[in-house]
Amino acid sequence: MQSLYFNDEHEMFRASLKDFLNKEVIPNIEQWEHERKIPKSLWKKFGDMGYFGINFPEEYGGMNLDFFYSVVFIEEISSCFSGGFAILPMVQSYMSSPYILHHASDELKKTLLPSIISGDKICSIAISEPGAGSDVMNIQTKAIRDGDNYIVNGAKTFITNAFYGDYLIAVVKTDPSAGANGISLLLIDNHSKGISKRKLNKLGWHASDTAELNFDDVIVPRTHLIGDEGMGFYYLMGGLQLERLIGAIGGYAGSESAIQYTLKYMNERSAFGRKINKFQVLRHRIAQLCSETESIKYFTYHCCKMHESGEYAVKQCSMAKLLATELANKVATECLQCFGGYGYMEDFKIARFFRDSRIGTIGGGTSEVMREIIAKMIIDGQEYEEA
Amino acid sequence: MKSNQEEYHNFRASLRSFLSEAAHPYIDQWEFDQSIDRLFWEDIGAAGFLGICTPKVYGGAGLDKRYLCILAQETSRCFSGGFSAAIVGHVSLAMEYINAFASDAIKNKYLPDSCKGTKIGCLAITEPNTGSDVANIKAEAKDVGDYYLINGTKTFITNGHFADYIVLAAKTDMQKKSAGISLFVVDKNIPGIHSKQLNKLGWHASDTAEIFLDQVKIPKNQLIGELNMGFYYIMQNFALERLILSIGAVESSLFVLMFTLENIHSNVFQAKNEFLNQVFRHRVAQLMAELECLKVYNDCIIEAMCNDENVMNACAKTKLLATELSDKVMTECIQLLGANGYIEDNKVARSFRDSRLGRIGGGTSEIMKEIISKFEIDLIN
Repeated sequence: MQSLYFNDEHEMFRASLKDFLNKEVIPNIEQWEHERKIPKSLWKKFGDMGYFGINFPEEYGGMNLDFFYSVVFIEEISSCFSGGFAILPMVQSYMSSPYILHHASDELKKTLLPSIISGDKICSIAISEPGAGSDVMNIQTKAIRDGDNYIVNGAKTFITNAFYGDYLIAVVKTDPSAGANGISLLLIDNHSKGISKRKLNKLGWHASDTAELNFDDVIVPRTHLIGDEGMGFYYLMGGLQLERLIGAIGGYAGSESAIQYTLKYMNERSAFGRKINKFQVLRHRIAQLCSETESIKYFTYHCCKMHESGEYAVKQCSMAKLLATELANKVATECLQCFGGYGYMEDFKIARFFRDSRIGTIGGGTSEVMREIIAKMIIDGQEYEEA
Repeated sequence: MKSNQEEYHNFRASLRSFLSEAAHPYIDQWEFDQSIDRLFWEDIGAAGFLGICTPKVYGGAGLDKRYLCILAQETSRCFSGGFSAAIVGHVSLAMEYINAFASDAIKNKYLPDSCKGTKIGCLAITEPNTGSDVANIKAEAKDVGDYYLINGTKTFITNGHFADYIVLAAKTDMQKKSAGISLFVVDKNIPGIHSKQLNKLGWHASDTAEIFLDQVKIPKNQLIGELNMGFYYIMQNFALERLILSIGAVESSLFVLMFTLENIHSNVFQAKNEFLNQVFRHRVAQLMAELECLKVYNDCIIEAMCNDENVMNACAKTKLLATELSDKVMTECIQLLGANGYIEDNKVARSFRDSRLGRIGGGTSEIMKEIISKFEIDLIN
C-alpha cells in the first residue's frame, strides 16, 4: 500500500537519508541529550545534504521536490528516538521559514532563505506567551512603529530553537486595539540588543533548546515585516495546518519505530519459560497498536496529498494531528510496559520516547484545541479559507 | 489516486436513489417480518446492483471491487444492519465464491439467476462447535462414487433460511485439517436439508439460520474449484469480507452520527452554549476524527486490493478497528440523544443493536488480533 504514495525515487532518498542519520546522528544522540545541546556543525551538514530545503525553490538553494520527500524526511528523523533532535529541522523548514517563503518580500526572501536552507542560520516561530498559548488573539507582545523601525516589547515562551537559534518569526501586535486584525509577523534577529533569554528545563526533548524570551525596546527594521501588517493571524492559521501535518507524521512515525523497538525486546526477553512475545495479552496489545498506527499513517498520507495539491485541509490536518499524537502517547505508555523494569531505565530508549512523545498532544495546538476546531466545522458548519 | 471517479459517483448516486425508493420505505416492515420481501430482491436484481462484480457473460456488469464497496456503503445508510448484511452477503459471499472459483457449468447454473435476484445464496462455514477455527469443521462430504453424501450442521448462516442455494464448506478428507476442506454449491430444496431461523439481538431484517444436512446427495459437479482447496479459497475471500464489514461499520457509524447531530435536542448544541456542552462537542469531534481516518484507510486498502496486493493483514486491522469504533459511536449516539435514543421510533436504537454483531461476525476482534500479531510479531506472511 506504501506504493500508493511513494515511488522508487522516494525510497532511494529514504535509503540515503538513513545512511546519513546512521552515520551523523544516531551515534551522537546520547551525548546531545546529556549536554542538552546539538552542535551547529550538524545543521551545516543537514544544509549541505539539502535537507532543510526539500520543498523550497531552487533559487534559494532548495531542492524543489514534492511533499512526499518531506514525509520521508520527517518519518526518518522521527525514528531516531530523540524528539529533541527531530524538532529542530521540523521547526526550521516546516513551521517557521515557510512564512518567509509564502508571505515575505522578495528582498527578505533573498536575504534570509539561502542561509536557513544552508543550515548557517537556525529559525524559530515565536507565538506562545506566558499568558497566551492557543488563544493567539490574546497575545500581548507589541511592535510599535517608530520611523523606519518597530520597537518591540513583550515576552514569548516555549520557543523551540530560540536559545541558540538566529532568527525569530515573532507574532506581535502592531495594532493592539484591532484584535485579530492587529496581529503581524515580524522577523527578529535573535541576537538583537534588548532580547534576554532563559533556557527552559523540560520533561523531555532534552536535545532541543527551548527558550523564554523577553523583548525590551528591541529595534526591528520595518522591512522585516513579513507580508502585510495586520495579516499575521491569518498567515498563522494557514501555516499551522502544515505544522499540524508535520506533528501528525512525527506521531505515527515515532509510534512505528517504538513498536518495532519493543518487538525486538519482546523477542529477546523471556519470562515463565517462554519469550514474552508469546503471551497473548501482549500480542493482542501490539496488534491493536499496529492497527491504529497503520490506519492513522494512511490517513495522514491522505492529508499530505491534500496539502500537496494545495487544498486547505483544516479539518483533516486537525484530525490527523489529534489522532497521531494521542496515539504516540498511548504507544509510549504501552510499549514501556512491555519492557517491565527495564522500560523505566535510561539504558533503553523507550524511556526517552515516553518523555518525548508527551509534548505531542500539547505543541502546535493541544488535543483540546484540535477537537474545538473539528467540532466547529462539523457541528456549527464553520468553514475556513486560506489567507 | 483513483481513476474513473465520475463513474463511481454516478453509480453511487443511482444506487442511493434506487434504495431510497425501493428499500427505505419498507425497511421497518422487513425488520418486523424478519425477512426481506422476495419482490425487492427481484427489483434490486433488475436494477443491476446484484451482478456488479459478476462477468457480463453470466448476466452481471463485470465491474471491479470498488463497486462492491460502494454497495456495502450505500446499503449501510438505511438504519438496518440486517438489510445490508442480506444484500451484501448474497453478493460478496455466496456469489463471489462462484465468480472466483467455480466451473463454467456452475456459473451458468447459478449466476444469471443470482444477478436477477431470483436465486439467493448464502455462505455456510460456521458450525455449532466451530466458529473462527475453520480448519476444525465437522461437516463431511463423502465421495461415494457417483455423488457426494453430506452430513453435518451449519449455524449463524446469513440468508440461510430463505436462500435458494448454499455455498457450503465440508470436509472431503477427514484425516486432514485445513487441507481436507472443499466447497460445494448445494441447492437448498433437495432432500435431507432443513433449516431453522434463529432469533437474534439485532439484524432483524436478515434471516439467520441453523442448517441441518442429513444424508444429502449432491452431484459431483457441484464441487467449487478443486478438491481440498476450500480452506485456501475461504482465506482468500476473508480479506474482502473483512474489508466489506469494515466499510459497512464506518459508513453506518458516519450515517448514524450525522443523523444524531441533526436530530439532537435543540438546546444541546446551540452555539452560544459552546462551553456548556463542550464535553459533547469534543466527544463528537473525536469520533468523527476516528471515523474519517478509517474511511480513508479503507480507500487505501481497496486501491491496494484492486492492484492485487496482499491485504490480509490490513483487512484484519481495519475490521478490528472499524467494528470496535462502530460500537463506540452507537453507544455515544444514544447518549447524545438521551431517552429519545432509547425509543425504537428513533432508528438509532436499532443501529445500536445491529452494530454489536460487527465485533463477532467475519472473525471476532480477538481472532483479528491473533492474525495481526502473526503478521507483525511472528512475521508470517
